[in-house]
Amino acid sequence: MRFVDEFRDPARARAVAREIAALCAPGRQYKLMEVCGGHTHTIYKHGIEDYLPAAITLVHGPGCPVCVMPMGRVDDAIHIAAQPGVILACFGDMMRVPGSRGSFLDAKARGADIRMVYSPLDALKIARTHVDRRVVFMAIGFETTAPATALTVLRAAEEGLGNFSIFCNHVTILPAIKAILDSPDLRLDGFLGPGHVSTVIGCLPYGFIPRDFGKPLVVAGFEPLDVLHAVAMLLRQLAEGRCEVENQYGRAVPWEGNERAVAAITRVMELRPHFEWRGLGFIAHSALRVRGEFAAFDAERIFELPGVRVADPKACQCGEVLKGVLKPWECKVFGTACTPETPIGTCMVSSEGACAAYYNYGRFQRRRLLEPSPA
Amino acid sequence: MSGEQQVLERIERARRRQPRLRDEHITMAHGAGGKATRTLVEALFLDAFRNPLLAPLEDQAVFSVGGQRLALTTDAFVVSPLFFPGGCLGDLAVNGTVNDLAVGGARPLYLSAAFVLEEGFAVADLRRIADAMAAAARAAGVSIVTGDTKVVQRDKGDGCYVTTAGVGLVEHDVTLGAATVRPGDAVLVSGPIGDHGITILLARGDLDLAAELASDTAALWPLVAGLLDAVPGVRCLRDATRGGVATILNEVAAAAQVGVVVDEAAVPVRTEVRGACELLGLDPLYVACEGRLVTVVDAAAADAALAALAAHPLGRDAARIGTVEAGPAGLVLLRTRFGGTRIVDLLVGDPLPRIC
Amino acid sequence: MCLAIPGRVVALDTGTDLARVDVVGVTRTINVALLGPGAVAPGDWVLIHVGFAMAKIDEAEAQATLAALEAMGQLWDEEVEALRAPDPGG
Repeated sequence: MRFVDEFRDPARARAVAREIAALCAPGRQYKLMEVCGGHTHTIYKHGIEDYLPAAITLVHGPGCPVCVMPMGRVDDAIHIAAQPGVILACFGDMMRVPGSRGSFLDAKARGADIRMVYSPLDALKIARTHVDRRVVFMAIGFETTAPATALTVLRAAEEGLGNFSIFCNHVTILPAIKAILDSPDLRLDGFLGPGHVSTVIGCLPYGFIPRDFGKPLVVAGFEPLDVLHAVAMLLRQLAEGRCEVENQYGRAVPWEGNERAVAAITRVMELRPHFEWRGLGFIAHSALRVRGEFAAFDAERIFELPGVRVADPKACQCGEVLKGVLKPWECKVFGTACTPETPIGTCMVSSEGACAAYYNYGRFQRRRLLEPSPA
Repeated sequence: MSGEQQVLERIERARRRQPRLRDEHITMAHGAGGKATRTLVEALFLDAFRNPLLAPLEDQAVFSVGGQRLALTTDAFVVSPLFFPGGCLGDLAVNGTVNDLAVGGARPLYLSAAFVLEEGFAVADLRRIADAMAAAARAAGVSIVTGDTKVVQRDKGDGCYVTTAGVGLVEHDVTLGAATVRPGDAVLVSGPIGDHGITILLARGDLDLAAELASDTAALWPLVAGLLDAVPGVRCLRDATRGGVATILNEVAAAAQVGVVVDEAAVPVRTEVRGACELLGLDPLYVACEGRLVTVVDAAAADAALAALAAHPLGRDAARIGTVEAGPAGLVLLRTRFGGTRIVDLLVGDPLPRIC
Repeated sequence: MCLAIPGRVVALDTGTDLARVDVVGVTRTINVALLGPGAVAPGDWVLIHVGFAMAKIDEAEAQATLAALEAMGQLWDEEVEALRAPDPGG
């Protein structure tokens, strides 16, 4: 596969790994946060950590839109699905996320019509072919996915589809990164920036991170070589005393972003004053809702939602894992009470949750592929 | 021992405990062949039916009657859509049961077929399914000798369900079973994986993906017979169905308490299957096949086994995909193309497409 | 967040925002509205996420990234060579 296989080449990996090892200052430890859940998934799926010296720790961040969804919102979605005549269309990622009375899969078992789609456009198709049903699309994701949802709402408006709406749970990445930076719990040396979010917002918005917090950020692609390359670029910055935003993913990320995509989002959606993030609490201006102009397509206005704030189970430490304060295996219930089969929190059930990634992929004695290079 | 190592050991102990069935309702996950299915089977069915022939939970039961070793198996066939590139429900119903006998080392002889039909189902479609079963049976050298038919009310069924049971004769002097596997053994697969599962996913039409792919449904007995004739060191045989190759390897690792290490670059996957999996965020190792053999053989017999498989049209693309090691016990590891290593665990339920 | 795969544009659906893309033999219709009118032509590569093209893949940039990775490897090999070269003084 072009633009994929070249970036999975083990020979190039060994070369970058040596570069990384050579850039590590003797006796120094490095903590780099990869914000995006997609990076967490890639790192474990390809066994990238095998190429890193022990001095480097990759810390998993809150960039998992499923993981940060509070239980109350999952319950609201299930409430919508349980309404007469409703078809709830959602991505596969949502099916096993636990609400306070079970997941979408459990709701489906109890009779709710919940269907998996690959694209919001597929949900629109369902609405066209089932005119007597109310089709609600469960919209999740960061800025990467919001433009797709927005264009779909515009299309629905153009066609005058009266039976289509979205339950908007889109969140934005910058406030989450700022919350991490403001947190006293963490000493990070740098960030791997979310490559696909950046195809929409570009690289400029990350400027406050080096400027106000003194940490470098490298926007990284999602193939394993991209991740290693970005780690090397971060270490080079640290070695050279630089602190700036760099773009490793030049083949897909334009520095200025995609103004059409941003325009689509702002046309259809607006920032909520605040939104609750699992583990991070309420964050201002961190999530999107449907603008009043498109109220006819806003499930929150169409349906009476319980809107109950559900506290996480006491045993759940997803919050600390999402902030990178705890490693998955350091959570008290990891792997015993909380497993992919019996998840307590979202980090264990989302395909890119740190706990799921570690449990499903990384749960064994690792051996490093390269010895650290002599200084 | 490091903190992490302690946690890993605690997890392994937790995993070894008998699973408890906490669900109050059956969900789709219970039918996927992964952890949820296993928990249901062990905690409910094994618990109720407990006996030594059932306990190994192999694809068939092998026992002696009048000095002959017989194998008995059954499978229920549920597929949507009923007709797809490469075959239909009827092909699956015959080949699936024939293959469960074959991987027990038994020559398949006789099948029974029970139909549950939904009121309103088209007779023309039923005839197509029956004709397909007849053709598959002829190709597999078996006869369908008894059966049953029931009809359920409209909306109480998915058109047509078929359950087949099969009986076969074990003629080779073999004792096959996952528990016989030992470190050093070679893991082989008879051809590219994931064809059936991706074909069905695409045929459903919801994902709006198109590709030149067909189900790999096929009767595996001649392939198995050729292998058993040529090679004495076969430890176990499985046909990869729902849950894919990953599920089989996990069952082997657990039954024999060994580690299984797979070389990602060595696993044969058609480019279209790979493309669909990359697009949807699926792993081909978990995608269903319906005509692929997974076999674990003595290391010394690996080359001969591969040659025996490749000699048959169904085994043309056979490959050695991995090795059994002493540890980590009960785990399947993948050496990725990239060079790193990761675990391949059982999924809870069906592999689900993801966007994140 | 976020699974996106490179695919090759096979055909444009004129008059609409739709295009047919190919990912090693698997084809799907996607929406290219986020890339602007006339931005993509058959043969171009795009990054596909939930049925939408998010960006056109810049092949020159891809080559530049691979070249940078290549250079890292060479630097290492040269250093090793230098270490192995006989000491000019001895």
